[in-house]
Amino acid sequence: MRKFFFLGLILLSRFALMGNIIEVGPGNEFTSLDQAYHAAQPFDTLLLKAGTYPVISLELKKPITILSNQGAILDGESQSYILKVLSDDVYISGLTFINAGRSYTKDFAAIYVSRANRFTIVNNRILDPFFGVLMEKSHKGVISNNTITANRIREDDSGNGIHAWHSSDLLIQNNEISGLRDGVYLEFVENSVVLGNNSHNNIRYGLHFMFSNHDHYLNNTFRENGAGVAVMFSKFIEMKGNHFVQNWGTASYGLLLKEIYDAEVENNIFEENTVGIFLEGSTRINYTGNEFVQNGWAIKVSGGCYTNIFSRNNFISNSFDVSYNSKMNDNLFEGNYWSSYSGYDLDKDKVGDVPYRPVKLFSYVVNKTPETIILLRSFFVDLINFSERVSPVFTPDNLVDNAPAMKRFSND
Amino acid sequence: MFKILKYTFADLIRSRWSYVYLGFYLLLGFVLLFLNNDLSKAIITLMNVIVVLTPMIGTIFGIMYFYSAREFTELLLAQPIKRSHIFLGQYLGIALSLAFSLVIGLGIPFLVYGVAQSAEIWDFGLLLVVGAFLTFIFVALSVNISLRNENKVKGFGYAILVWLFLAVIYDGLFLVSLVMFDDYPLDKFTLVASMFNPIDLSRILILLKLDISALLGYTGALFQSFFGSGLGMIVSLSTLLLWSLIPVGLLIRTARKRDF
Repeated sequence: MRKFFFLGLILLSRFALMGNIIEVGPGNEFTSLDQAYHAAQPFDTLLLKAGTYPVISLELKKPITILSNQGAILDGESQSYILKVLSDDVYISGLTFINAGRSYTKDFAAIYVSRANRFTIVNNRILDPFFGVLMEKSHKGVISNNTITANRIREDDSGNGIHAWHSSDLLIQNNEISGLRDGVYLEFVENSVVLGNNSHNNIRYGLHFMFSNHDHYLNNTFRENGAGVAVMFSKFIEMKGNHFVQNWGTASYGLLLKEIYDAEVENNIFEENTVGIFLEGSTRINYTGNEFVQNGWAIKVSGGCYTNIFSRNNFISNSFDVSYNSKMNDNLFEGNYWSSYSGYDLDKDKVGDVPYRPVKLFSYVVNKTPETIILLRSFFVDLINFSERVSPVFTPDNLVDNAPAMKRFSND
Repeated sequence: MFKILKYTFADLIRSRWSYVYLGFYLLLGFVLLFLNNDLSKAIITLMNVIVVLTPMIGTIFGIMYFYSAREFTELLLAQPIKRSHIFLGQYLGIALSLAFSLVIGLGIPFLVYGVAQSAEIWDFGLLLVVGAFLTFIFVALSVNISLRNENKVKGFGYAILVWLFLAVIYDGLFLVSLVMFDDYPLDKFTLVASMFNPIDLSRILILLKLDISALLGYTGALFQSFFGSGLGMIVSLSTLLLWSLIPVGLLIRTARKRDF
């Protein structure tokens, strides 16, 4: 809520401080963006007519608005940055950025924001950049409704769509990002919201968090990325209503959690990922109301995960519901719906009378010898799973759902 | 040959057991779809049934029919008909009637629930093809056994043993050997070993269509790149074909020499 309030404030301040409007383009006093910018006063608006403007590393050092409602194109001529935002209160909207520079030593970006506050970047298109929007030590920014597309193939010659470093109070909303290394990468970013973005077909992660605390990401869609979403070394992250679809591959996860503490994972949908959620060293996380549909592994728990609580989740037709690599268990599974549950409910309280064991012996065998996956769903494997369920030897014997739901939860 | 095929086919089609078999699949199909109402989930459940059940029914039917039609066979042998034609005709009669029961029994409920309009049509088609293949393979195996064994009980025992071996024991040995030798690179071995069992091969073919996300994990990628590619599909389908042709060849050879 605070974020929206603050967005409103930005808009208000914009109207209050609106300076002169300077038209730029063919037939006007200024035909290049460079000239127009240098002639403008702080808080002026540069209104770009249709056309292609060569812009190479233009440094914006005063508050300014650059607008186009005719789809002006800024051409970086493959040299360097295109726009560098170095001042507070910069507003960039309706532009198309092409030919930003590409380098193995410098982080060239279509829009580079450094030590700036209250910046707004909306409704832009950025085509095949190295980095799309790169922010450093900047605060209170809005990046929304942008389209950032590229067609990169290798990790080492591609940058990230939206990259923020040591920043805070960002709102990243309704962007579409595809074909880059990471769709959105947040490193040391605090109090930010990532909302309603569509991040797909990126080489590495759809969304990547490192050392970023108190952030929220809500209602995003992550589809066919190298490894879905990675959240690492962060605390107090809220993940709600996201859609993780078809993140396939040998090291592919819907959601990868590594060294995460005190997070909430709620009402997300994990559909057809190789691994729905991969947990490593993650503690005190609540998983509530999520939907795991047709994943290879719905949840894969590696070492050092304590006090995670899974409840009211739906596990539908996953090849493996839960997989553990040890016999230790300090996590709680209670009151979930498991489509492979075969118990009964005699007292009609909608809770199964027989506990459910989500870890199958075969998932333990596959962890040890991955090639055995070829025997998945064979009669023999069903047989050994059954015998293990009756008397657990290899799987954690306290890992049971004591109150499995009989009916699927509707989490809509 | 076709005349004998026709007689066997007509004989089996009229028999009670064919109707029971057909009815079973009809019921299974309808019940599954009624309970799930989800085609892809029903196909997964059905796969488990088909991979275990069609070989078993094929084995039992094949061996029962051949033992009970023995006098008819002896009568036919007295006629001026080629031996291979008699046995081939009978074999094809059994296998075709069983395959018919399978395809019709499962086809009707799924068509009623609209498989033809859904994306699952290919998975379902593959399921039926695989089921038909398994029927042909196991009928051929059981006919071989019945030809080589005069003693009914012994023949029956062997047939069940073959089914049990391929359906359960083989996988057990396979799993144990994989776990024992997991320090070695196993992917090639796994691919080859799965070719030697028609039940495994059919299961993997269907699995690749359905549990694709799990198989894409880890080493699964190798299997995916093999079985998922057009080449892998051709290789595994032709292996299945080989699996049904070799027992038939054996059958003809035995029939030629066998003294009645």
